[in-house]
Amino acid sequence: MILASTLTTNLAILVLAGFIGFVVISKVPNTLHTPLMSGTNAIHGIVLLGGLLIVGLSGNGTFNKIILVIAIAFGTINVIGGFLVTDRMLEMFKVKPKPPAGGDSAHDGDEEAR
Amino acid sequence: MSVPLASTFLQDPNFLDVLYIIAFGLFIQGLRGLSGPTTAVRGNRIAAVGMTIAVIATLLNRNEGNWGLIVLGIALGTAVGVPAARQVKMTAMPQMVALFNGVGGGAVFLISWAEFRLSGGFSHTPTYVTVFSLFAAIVGSVSFWGSNIAFGKLQEVIPGRPISLGSAQQIVNLLLLILAVAAGIDIAAGDHSEGIFIGMLVAAALLGNAVVLPIGGADMPVVISLLNAFTGLSAAATGIALNNPALIVAGMIVGASGSILTNLMAKAMNRSIPAIVAGGFGGGGAIEGASGAGEHAGTVRSTTAADAAIQLAYANRVVIVPGYGMAVAQAQHAVRELTKELEKRQVEVSYAIHPVAGRMPGHMNVLLAEADVPYDQLKEMEEANPEFQRTDVSLVIGANDVTNPAAKNTPSSPIYGMPILEVSDSHSVIVIKRSMNPGFAGIENELYYDPKTEMLFGDAKAAVTDITAELGQI
Repeated sequence: MILASTLTTNLAILVLAGFIGFVVISKVPNTLHTPLMSGTNAIHGIVLLGGLLIVGLSGNGTFNKIILVIAIAFGTINVIGGFLVTDRMLEMFKVKPKPPAGGDSAHDGDEEAR
Repeated sequence: MSVPLASTFLQDPNFLDVLYIIAFGLFIQGLRGLSGPTTAVRGNRIAAVGMTIAVIATLLNRNEGNWGLIVLGIALGTAVGVPAARQVKMTAMPQMVALFNGVGGGAVFLISWAEFRLSGGFSHTPTYVTVFSLFAAIVGSVSFWGSNIAFGKLQEVIPGRPISLGSAQQIVNLLLLILAVAAGIDIAAGDHSEGIFIGMLVAAALLGNAVVLPIGGADMPVVISLLNAFTGLSAAATGIALNNPALIVAGMIVGASGSILTNLMAKAMNRSIPAIVAGGFGGGGAIEGASGAGEHAGTVRSTTAADAAIQLAYANRVVIVPGYGMAVAQAQHAVRELTKELEKRQVEVSYAIHPVAGRMPGHMNVLLAEADVPYDQLKEMEEANPEFQRTDVSLVIGANDVTNPAAKNTPSSPIYGMPILEVSDSHSVIVIKRSMNPGFAGIENELYYDPKTEMLFGDAKAAVTDITAELGQI
């Protein structure tokens, strides 16, 4: 009984999230679609949580530990790399107060968000 | 169940769920920020804060342990991810996104596998958890391998042309899919054998390879979007299996985002998604232009950089139409210099960007933004098209099929119906192009035979630099 209700609650969350996703993403202009994609890419790196949850459970053998460490590493690459690269791109789209003399990329390194 | 004293409210599952809810709220708020360039940077950072909260909530849960492994995994991921993200060139962004997408999918199937082993092959596991875990494993594996192949193609480690088994390809793909699903059903029905599980992963891996290998380089924007959606959906499935709301919401939103982008890209290419996945188109040569090459009675006029410079200098309004050829020639900075020179002469310049210009959705905009082109000069197709009529000169740089009037006028053309930039509406057109070779679809471009059109043959970067130099002399 309890399981069934967990499932239905989660399915409801899933469906609602789908609709919210469609509404929110539809508002993103074509111009920002690459940062959108790398940003959402970073967000699905949240599977990292799955690795963190399972690695904590007792009973993991050596092989499990190895694949979980790889999974956590993969998830971390996805999350950190995704957010950093999106930040780099979006900095370039920022409306600049006055155009600098040089034409080259002028993004600086203050992209830490965490 | 003894509750240790240390278990404060911080470890209360309800509190952790609240943190997860805050996290996904921040994801949604962050993505809302992406609706414009002024709010986008903050939006991305808000989403990153959400992610940090979700990770902290997970580390607080009372079953957490094996800290050494966690630190090791995160350290490895940071060591690889940070330099990659810092150093990647903007032209290489599609590969980078494919790679990040792939590792996400890889994490999903590895987590499923670990779950399978830990639960003794999903024994004493509710059926729905098993089903969602298996779904995640299959889709994650397809996404991992598919993304790696896409990366290889974009990085040109693997040839970009379609590699396929010909007509047998679709049967093979179907068989692999059936194999993976059958193995999944077998496990869900109570088979605890790890061999079957590994067989399922392998079938899904082969499927990922088999689906992406036959797809040509030019169809990559669709493929990347589709794989992005896949990884999102597999993450959402993992979320249901692990009963974690942040995972469900985040995964599903990415699924929605990927689906929207896939659809947009397919529409902009006038292709159906099944046709692209069925493969083989984007390599060129597959389809002979129905209207036939060489049928054109018109002649091609060629021009020089000096003449082009004069034409541009005395225009009131110039629209630049960049294509992937511009990016390949690394000409975006040269183009920006040309624009600055024109703006000094009070010429109004904007850029008309087709949705599939580049190797992923919005890629061209990133390349131009990197060259410091102001955001408000970047016009989307819908915005740009009505403006061509009052444009004196359209400067087409490395774009081909997206400017071909045949898409509007010639029902027999293979690209008929594809939305194009209506360059031929402007008073005159200058096309910078290496040669008269047709584009990836192998279709003649009627625009080049238009009496209004002049061709400037040469490498995009060299040609643009020449025009800028000539402008200085006027």
